[in-house]
Amino acid sequence: MKNILEVKNLMVWDIVSGKKIIQNSSFDLKAGSCLAIVGESGSGKSVTCRAIMRLNSTSLQQSGDIIFKGENINQLSTKELRKKRGKNLCMILQNGMTAFDPSCVVGVHLRETLAEHFDWSKNEAEVRMKSAMESVMLINPTEIMNKYPHQLSGGMLQRIMIALAIVLEPDIIIADEPTTALDTISQFEVVDQFINLRERIGCSMIFISHDLGVVRKIADEVLVMKDGKIIESGNTEKIFSGAKHEYTKYLVSTRMALSNNFKRIMGEGQ
Amino acid sequence: MGSYIVKRILVSVPLLLIISFLTFVLINLSPLDPAEVVLQAQGVPEITEELLEQTKEELGLDKPFILRYFDWFISSLQLDFGESYINGKPVWSLIGPAFLNTLKLTLISSIAIIFMSILLGVTCALKEGQVIDKSIRGFSFVLTAMPSYWLATIMIWYVSVKLDLLPTSGMVSYSSYILPVIVITISYAGIYFRNIRSSMLNNLNEDYVLYGRASGLPEKKITMHILRNSLQVSISIFGMAIPIILGSTVVIENVFAWPGLGSLSVKAILGRDFPIIQAYVLILAAAFVLFNTISDIINAFMNPKLRNDL
Ligand SMILES: Nc1ncnc2c1ncn2[C@@H]1O[C@H](COP(=O)(O)OP(=O)(O)OP(=O)(O)O)[C@@H](O)[C@H]1O
Ligand SMILES: [Mg+2]
Repeated sequence: MKNILEVKNLMVWDIVSGKKIIQNSSFDLKAGSCLAIVGESGSGKSVTCRAIMRLNSTSLQQSGDIIFKGENINQLSTKELRKKRGKNLCMILQNGMTAFDPSCVVGVHLRETLAEHFDWSKNEAEVRMKSAMESVMLINPTEIMNKYPHQLSGGMLQRIMIALAIVLEPDIIIADEPTTALDTISQFEVVDQFINLRERIGCSMIFISHDLGVVRKIADEVLVMKDGKIIESGNTEKIFSGAKHEYTKYLVSTRMALSNNFKRIMGEGQ
Repeated sequence: MGSYIVKRILVSVPLLLIISFLTFVLINLSPLDPAEVVLQAQGVPEITEELLEQTKEELGLDKPFILRYFDWFISSLQLDFGESYINGKPVWSLIGPAFLNTLKLTLISSIAIIFMSILLGVTCALKEGQVIDKSIRGFSFVLTAMPSYWLATIMIWYVSVKLDLLPTSGMVSYSSYILPVIVITISYAGIYFRNIRSSMLNNLNEDYVLYGRASGLPEKKITMHILRNSLQVSISIFGMAIPIILGSTVVIENVFAWPGLGSLSVKAILGRDFPIIQAYVLILAAAFVLFNTISDIINAFMNPKLRNDL
């Protein structure tokens, strides 16, 4: 399979303190596949994802090559980069509640984004957005677009972001813990939506998650990060069944124990 | 929303009552006998006990305290604040035009302050840490640290006397506004632009800015979103600023001989003209409550979270 994204020797450091946050990361994303990034809090998962879209705060600097479809993102002009953001590389954030401007109805962001990337008439953009929203089980899209973020639930906002991605049809979707802020039922629904999304637009995906159960369900390959370094990577099943690295073993066993425990309690409770 | 406005206005009524009562009490705590002040002001050569009693009766000072307060409060509501002890003219005929002059100066200054604060605040936030941000903050720090009367005096000396460009004092034409407005703007915009700057910087780290950028929105559009959210905080601060400026024009008005409340009140305090002082404090308090209420209402209107909870 061809690689759609190749990250080579990515380095991210804090220009104020000089602290290295990501050290020499290299990994590939195959076209049409889903790569999960796991690792404990503060290991640099979010910083890595933002680095791919050059979205880290200005106090962080990065070097290395990020080759997307033959172009080096690290060397694009801001204007060229802006055209790719959203249209080619689409990000879905963890917390839908804070991802939209709290003083505008959510439709504003959707309309502005579509107007930026397509020459569609207002009407056409509206029709496409609505049908995408309906496809992720958001009934009454018109009403939803006229609501403020605080009037909607986290799961709905997450699905609005997914619906926007459906309309944008990006090459890569980067989702940073998209289910962590949700309750269990919404989590289940949103994960399903992600799986559908991949099937529907045939995009590649980078999926950060703490939930190894979700990772096992959705990912083809897994990257394990610790202290800003990639310590293990490979096929999902291989990582789960025969991790080489101590840390990965520890991660898999504790997480699995946790969810087994959860299942046991639930089973006994019935 | 409508019910919120009504509620907000109703809340301000007891507030005004309390303030007016405190004003009345504090001024009546003064050890001076108002009757004596009046007689002195009228240049009566010999103040006898008999004369004092008579004057007290004329002024209604022989009535019980509470009754006097209610009389004063009810007539104050009709803008009848009694008569000046010094020259016997109705207080409103003195304080009304002065209030208008002060209000003109305050409103024009407030517009200048809001404009400058937003301009400087946005510029500094967008250029955070760069030369322009640092120099604006440094320069404004020096300017706001200078006492306003000193700044005013220097300006009068340089612009009006040395260069002879503008009137030195009074309220003779539109050009009279220029110097006082500049001095007031310097003292306040230097404080408020920092507020807008820091509120914009806080917003810059919000997720919606990240998502906007990740969606490929241009920086201009993102800045508009940030500005909109930052201004919500600032509006209530501006709302409070207007009455503060209204009250603090005393100094500026006296330097520029502006025929406003500030000049009038200083004269009244020096002459112990109690009815004018009382009216001055009451009018300022009312302005405080009024602007505060207005800014709360505007704020509730701009913030969808508040708006829907109402
Ligand atoms: N803007 C920044 N400036 C300085 N340091 C930062 C910045 N953003 C992140 N870091 C640091 O980089 C490290 C990695 O952070 P990152 O957010 O990528 O962790 P993460 O793996 O996503 O963790 P989590 O699971 O909690 O989301 C942390 O130690 C963090 O303190
Ligand atoms: Mg993170």
